[in-house]
Amino acid sequence: MTGESEPVRVLLAKLGFDGHDRGLKVVARMLRDAGCEVVYLGLRQTVESVVVAAEQEDVAVIGISMHNGGHLTLGPMMVRAVADAGLTIPVVIGGIVPADDVPKLAEAGVAAVLGPGTPVDAVVATVRAAARDAHAAA
Amino acid sequence: MSTETSLEGLLADARQGSRRALGRLISRAEAGGPGADRVDQLVFGHPGNAWVIGIVGAPGVGKSTLTGQLVAAAAAAAAAAGDDEHSTTAAPRIAVIAVDPSSPVTGGAILGDRVRMDAIAAAHGVFVRSMAHRGAAGGLAHAVPIAIRVLIAAGAQTIVVETVGVGQVELEIANVADTTIAVMSAGWGDAMQASKAGLLEVADILVVNKADQPGARAAERDLEQMLDLGAATRDAAAGAAWRPPVLATVAPSGDGVEVLWGAIRAHRAWLEATGELDGRRLEHLRHEIRGRALVGVTRRLDALMAAADIPLTTDTPGEWARRIEDQLRDAQGGPGTRPPAQTAAADHASTRPAR
Repeated sequence: MTGESEPVRVLLAKLGFDGHDRGLKVVARMLRDAGCEVVYLGLRQTVESVVVAAEQEDVAVIGISMHNGGHLTLGPMMVRAVADAGLTIPVVIGGIVPADDVPKLAEAGVAAVLGPGTPVDAVVATVRAAARDAHAAA
Repeated sequence: MSTETSLEGLLADARQGSRRALGRLISRAEAGGPGADRVDQLVFGHPGNAWVIGIVGAPGVGKSTLTGQLVAAAAAAAAAAGDDEHSTTAAPRIAVIAVDPSSPVTGGAILGDRVRMDAIAAAHGVFVRSMAHRGAAGGLAHAVPIAIRVLIAAGAQTIVVETVGVGQVELEIANVADTTIAVMSAGWGDAMQASKAGLLEVADILVVNKADQPGARAAERDLEQMLDLGAATRDAAAGAAWRPPVLATVAPSGDGVEVLWGAIRAHRAWLEATGELDGRRLEHLRHEIRGRALVGVTRRLDALMAAADIPLTTDTPGEWARRIEDQLRDAQGGPGTRPPAQTAAADHASTRPAR
């Protein structure tokens, strides 16, 4: 540990009816190996349960994995729920998101979208940047 | 670190039920250093009616699932006792601190205990905080004692601390909890393992979880036999000591959890009735102070070690150790003894006085 700063705390979850959590586990491991503290919620969460956990755990970033095509519904819902709770925590979405949908998610306030095959360094850099931007804005 | 909100403000908000404020206060405690000291100055005080329960045991024996069931039992007990403050959902009355290991290499951690307890905790309005142990010895994070005081100051009455999955030596929890529960499962080992494990000496309650599995009865029997051999049993017969009860649970179904909750109440009643409680808490406090002081001493020691030019063929380790000890003593109070390389990497337990 470098000790130069606190480890970035990241929450990882999947929302609703979506059983593919392998990608989320891989990302959890990537972030851990990059020195992050990953609060792993796993499967079948709701936007409400994610918000409660994000508050209690005081995380800097919320990472949501989507593999069921529900991203255009659940992504913006997640962002709204975070904002409604008065939080300024960025939401990053990973998983299967068609390229056409990425700008729509960005417009809805999703901080970043990480598709399959994103290199480890890019995942880590994206999460760190999101945490930094949110901290600066807070 | 920005301090856009005062600590007093955060605590006031936390008492009003703000999870976010409480979460932030605990983060300040976790960050260590003078910031954590300031938090502690705000929240330090008599624990009042609050009770701290520690859960310790090897990885995979079911600590998290059992913790989830325990907080449900605590919530049910609070409701039955007509604890209106809980039902009106102001500050959380029940809290969990779940500690998982940090990677010794990267400092990162996967904190996965919520997976096993989140649904049940959420249903009862329980405040759950995951914590990485950040290299602290003994299976707990340095910030745990302050985090407990933060939770109590915010109104928590029952706090369950789940340690990293540990075996025989990581027993720091017994220096923090009012009641320490050691969890084992069927097939965990025989009576000799039990005798080796310091776990059994510090536990106030022994739980054989996964009691629906083969071998659970034998595990219970082994534990009882081990207890029969202990000095505490003789004293217990004379009414002068607490003999840890051995209980069977099946955490996913909640079987045995009510009995476990009863045993926690009984242990509490015993500590209060015998007057042991204050002594135990004072011991814990002294232990915490020693631990914090030790961090500073260790830092100086590490600096001396780094500076010492020790060849492979040399005086004995004992001779070197005495030499280093002498240097440590000489360095007391001397200016400029703190190694600059180490000060920035201020450890997570705060060691320096706030002023």
